[in-house]
Amino acid sequence: MRNTPVQLHVITRIVAFIILAFSVFLFFAGHNNPGGGFIGGLMTASALILLYLSFDLKTIKRVIPFNYSKVIASGLLLAIVTGIIGMFFGFPYLKQFFDYFQVPILGEIELTTALPFDLGIYLVVVGFTLLVILTIAEDDS
Amino acid sequence: MTNLLILPILIPMLMGVILIFFKDSKTIQRIVSTISVVLMLIISSYITYTVYVDGIQTIELGDWPAPFGIVLVADLLSSSLIALSSLLALVCLFFAFQTFSAERERNYFHPFFMFLMVGVNGSFLTGDLFNLFVFFEVMLISSFILISMGSKRYQLRESLKYVIINTVSSMLFIVAIAYIYGITGTLNMADIAVKISELEQTGVVSVIAVVFLFVFGTKSAIFPLYYWLPHSYYAPPAAIAALFGGLLTKVGVYTIMRTYTLIFPHDETVFQILLILGGLTMFIGVLGAVSQFDFKRILAVHIVSQVGYMIMGIGIFTNLAIAGTFFFLVHNIIVKSALFLFAGVTEKITGTSHLKQMSGVLKTHPYVGWLFFITAISLAGIPPLTGFFGKFALIVAGFEAGHYFVIAVSLVTGVLTLFSMWKIFMTSFWGEVKFADPEGENKKVGKLLIPILPLVALTIILGLAAEPFMQFSLELADQLMDPSQYINSVLKE
Repeated sequence: MRNTPVQLHVITRIVAFIILAFSVFLFFAGHNNPGGGFIGGLMTASALILLYLSFDLKTIKRVIPFNYSKVIASGLLLAIVTGIIGMFFGFPYLKQFFDYFQVPILGEIELTTALPFDLGIYLVVVGFTLLVILTIAEDDS
Repeated sequence: MTNLLILPILIPMLMGVILIFFKDSKTIQRIVSTISVVLMLIISSYITYTVYVDGIQTIELGDWPAPFGIVLVADLLSSSLIALSSLLALVCLFFAFQTFSAERERNYFHPFFMFLMVGVNGSFLTGDLFNLFVFFEVMLISSFILISMGSKRYQLRESLKYVIINTVSSMLFIVAIAYIYGITGTLNMADIAVKISELEQTGVVSVIAVVFLFVFGTKSAIFPLYYWLPHSYYAPPAAIAALFGGLLTKVGVYTIMRTYTLIFPHDETVFQILLILGGLTMFIGVLGAVSQFDFKRILAVHIVSQVGYMIMGIGIFTNLAIAGTFFFLVHNIIVKSALFLFAGVTEKITGTSHLKQMSGVLKTHPYVGWLFFITAISLAGIPPLTGFFGKFALIVAGFEAGHYFVIAVSLVTGVLTLFSMWKIFMTSFWGEVKFADPEGENKKVGKLLIPILPLVALTIILGLAAEPFMQFSLELADQLMDPSQYINSVLKE
């Protein structure tokens, strides 16, 4: 590359991590507060797209070597399987379970089966957004 | 066990996701799809049996009680339709195995076929209006992909139209749902039915009913809204066209049956509109079919005219008419898909689907010819095949209710249907052997016919066993015409 945009690279490296951290926060806030898998996934996808924009396609592909259609599929699988779990105990599909646990350092936290379901959605959204944008971007070459 | 009802949706969804992982392996994809469709068929037949014996079945998803959570409801109508759609999926899948290129199968044909079935089964089963919208979208997005797959110029142009018209009607669907939520404050169909019957102001309800008619009318291709259908169903290959022609418009008809018997049964004006639109749809549709000279196009335009009969049946709105509508719906799903598959077979043999470029298929491939003949006269309504009994029930119901004009239209349409089927048979099957593809005479198509056989057999069997099947339809109609059964089983009052 003739002239590397140094400022852009430096700022992107910092900002991408801030966005990623915020997306994780949004993801975990999701169950009872505004947030969740969908918005968290979009946020993560936007951080990754920022990386794709400021660096070039090849570099980031080397760093993040995922096949995004497989990411979508695993997300869907996770969400569906989470719903099925309840069926084994005789409850209707998508029945949610939750309980409170004592964890060292973090204190009391609530663990729910909605979380893996949300993680599935998160993966689908990240995979889908990146797949669409990268497919359009690759069309150029 | 209540969870049985989710399985016709869950199985194709899970299998479709698994299929994405095996995108490159033809064998694994074929095995997984076959297993899941067979499972769907078995389970949905079992559900139909359970519903027939024990009455309406429901499941509250996520254990949220009825008017708040999403419920799935299986009454006789929806359960028998999921059984039928699973059968059709099996047939089309096997036909696709024989005809599709390896490249098409590798390009996510199987996953989206499964997701299409998720949407179709979901639309039949759901008891929640917004959830119905979601399943419609699942079905439409998969159908967008299946219809544009292959990217020929013609296909892309027609699928663009298909996408736009369907997106517009989906938007109106949301608007209609918002209206109904605005006046009733609920989305559960049974709950809406209760609230609307208590409502004093009926003008708003009529408006909503007409907006719904516009939405479902676009999906099921009734008179002023059908123009997208003939072209876009012409574009995809036979296996997909058969599935679309057999199922997708019928999902629209199903939703009209469901919403008008459950939510808007008090609204006289809307049924008048339905009668008029039904008459226009069948007549204009059949005129289109008569004027065409392409095998697949005739069939595609015919869908419109057949939908007209069903709309007429719903418009007459007596027990017998609803039973006749259901009979005709089942007949049409079976026969229309079979005819589309026959169009695929003759195209394989002769290399063209244009009637003027082929003739004499009967001489070189007699089995294809005669099987097509049986199916075609069934569509035209010759006894003792299913088409006759469906129309017969509708016409008797029309006479009893005194709608003579629309009955006359439907009889004329029947004659013209016979004429257009006759035209296909005379030009392409009868006469001297003349093919666009010179090697067509020696092509072996026995394997292609095997998947169609169950459909042809079904139209004969249901025709001969019209008495018990009509009993079943009448029972189904009783269930539909008495919404309190549905409401009570959902709301558990």
